[in-house]
Amino acid sequence: MKRNIPLILAFITGILVVISEFIPHRPFSMMITTLQDWFMIISGFAILLGQISLFQSNLARIKAREEGWYFYLAGLISFCLMLGFGLLWGTQEFKGLAGHGSNVQNWLGNKPFDYLFEYAYMPLSATLFSLLAFFIASAAYRAFIIRSFESNLLMITAVIVILGRTSFGGMLTSWLPENLKFWHLPNLSDFIMEFPNSAAQRAIMISAALGIIGSSLRIILGIERSYLGGDK
Amino acid sequence: MSGGLLINWRIAKSVQSGFGDPLLLYKGVNMRKLATIIFFLWGINALLCASHLFTVSDVPWDDGKALQIEWKVPADTIYLQKADSLGAWTTIYAGSQSSYRDTDLNPDLVYNYRLLVPRPAFQDSMAFMAKAKPREQWFYLHKLSYLLILLAVSLAVLYYVHGARRGKDYFIRRISGLDSMDEAIGRATEKGKPILFVPGISDLDDIQTIASLTILSHLAQKAAEYDTALIVPCRFSMVLSASREVVKEAYLKAGKPDSYREDRIFYLTDDQFGYVAGIDGIMVREQPAANFFLGSFYAESLILAETGFSTGAIQTSGTAQASQLPFFVVSCDYTLIGEELFAASAYLSRDPQQLGSLKGHDFGKLLVIVFIILGVIMEIAGWHGFKAFFEGAAQ
Repeated sequence: MKRNIPLILAFITGILVVISEFIPHRPFSMMITTLQDWFMIISGFAILLGQISLFQSNLARIKAREEGWYFYLAGLISFCLMLGFGLLWGTQEFKGLAGHGSNVQNWLGNKPFDYLFEYAYMPLSATLFSLLAFFIASAAYRAFIIRSFESNLLMITAVIVILGRTSFGGMLTSWLPENLKFWHLPNLSDFIMEFPNSAAQRAIMISAALGIIGSSLRIILGIERSYLGGDK
Repeated sequence: MSGGLLINWRIAKSVQSGFGDPLLLYKGVNMRKLATIIFFLWGINALLCASHLFTVSDVPWDDGKALQIEWKVPADTIYLQKADSLGAWTTIYAGSQSSYRDTDLNPDLVYNYRLLVPRPAFQDSMAFMAKAKPREQWFYLHKLSYLLILLAVSLAVLYYVHGARRGKDYFIRRISGLDSMDEAIGRATEKGKPILFVPGISDLDDIQTIASLTILSHLAQKAAEYDTALIVPCRFSMVLSASREVVKEAYLKAGKPDSYREDRIFYLTDDQFGYVAGIDGIMVREQPAANFFLGSFYAESLILAETGFSTGAIQTSGTAQASQLPFFVVSCDYTLIGEELFAASAYLSRDPQQLGSLKGHDFGKLLVIVFIILGVIMEIAGWHGFKAFFEGAAQ
């Protein structure tokens, strides 16, 4: 019974969602948005579950003095600070339990929550994102090492695309006559991106869409049950 | 659909003033009666003409939220106005086009429109009136091709599942990324290091996350059998609760419920890069021997995969995000590309019914290949109806 009820619910909901995709009449036209609203409400309640998990796992590590326990402590302190400032003085236009905190705002130039968001969280987030540049360089270096015919092709294509996207690439082949303009590096780069690249990406997208149909059918029909934890 | 009423005040006034004398007779003809007949006939003609000049009709096969407004008035600029609930007119379009689609309307409500055509020579405007009611339909006709493909693929999946139930054996090609799962778990067991499983950065409403959890179920069962620690950091609370349930059931299935540790499946943060930073920290501190990145990934894919690569872990990734696949291919040992992620659970379970459904995918691929070839031939031949039929689904 414990397994059957979710399976029946999954079946009914799945069929209704599929049908409502093709029927614009009420109540079907409202079904998808209604279900999305329900999901949002359930997610809202589940947030508390996440916060409890965060506290439990961090506190356990701090108590056990695991390696690097002070990082977990820093994480918890940051969480409490943001929560406390948000509750006390609110965010931007919303006031908190202690109002808008004009005195604190005058001193900091912003609400404490917004101040920390703008001057601590945003730079940290941007720093992490910027790491991508270095990771791309190291990954590209490994990918372009010529080991086989395929990696050779990959490297040649990558060089054309990289050069074609820079002004230097355009300058290199700018002397080409009009009838050979196709071989002008920016044009060649555009061609690679527009045709072979798009074709490969679409092939992946089409196969993924078919996979989604098959996967959804398995779930709707109850053939696939492992997302519920098991078969029985 | 509703017709329009032509009101030309200047002509009406001129007719009235020209035949103002009630007893004006010319060669025995009562000019007043003649004028009345002419005016009446002109009015009928005007009404008939106006009903074709300005029309408002319900957009067919839709959700009853749009009206199509069309006019055949030769003018450089026209003004289209709509009456609000109080009857006040608001201009919704001014220009030289001959049609306008009014959207975001409420079904079954009557909407009144007025078309103003300026006449500079007479220093006035002609006004056309029309009204219509948008209605909800019972089918999106432009999605017919979409429905037919869905039905064809679904029937193929059901057919092959039925075949598998009757004992038919289907050949499924090897997926090395999934075959390597045992190797990765074995390596983690030998080294006494944990396995890291990242179920993507999307919530539970993404099918990729569901597919990821189905793989987690198989992985957790294997990990339980080998007594290898499994770490699952989650970005969303819903994914957290689903992951805990899946892993717990897998440990039960493996007959080792006592080995299940709930604190190994935990929530990190909702923030994208905060989540990445947390996972990077786990990879650097705990040095997992095997990393699995399966699900929906965006800009963080390379940061995760490269950090994992630097720790020397055996890495398996899988996503349906075509733009992130190159990053995973470069940095991971095995990558599940697109549909392989969705086929993984069926492949790993070796359940004949699920394997049968994979043959349905293959039929879908064949169907798409046939449609592409047919489409190319038809476009070359100049028959654009085939392409237009399928393009309708994209509207």
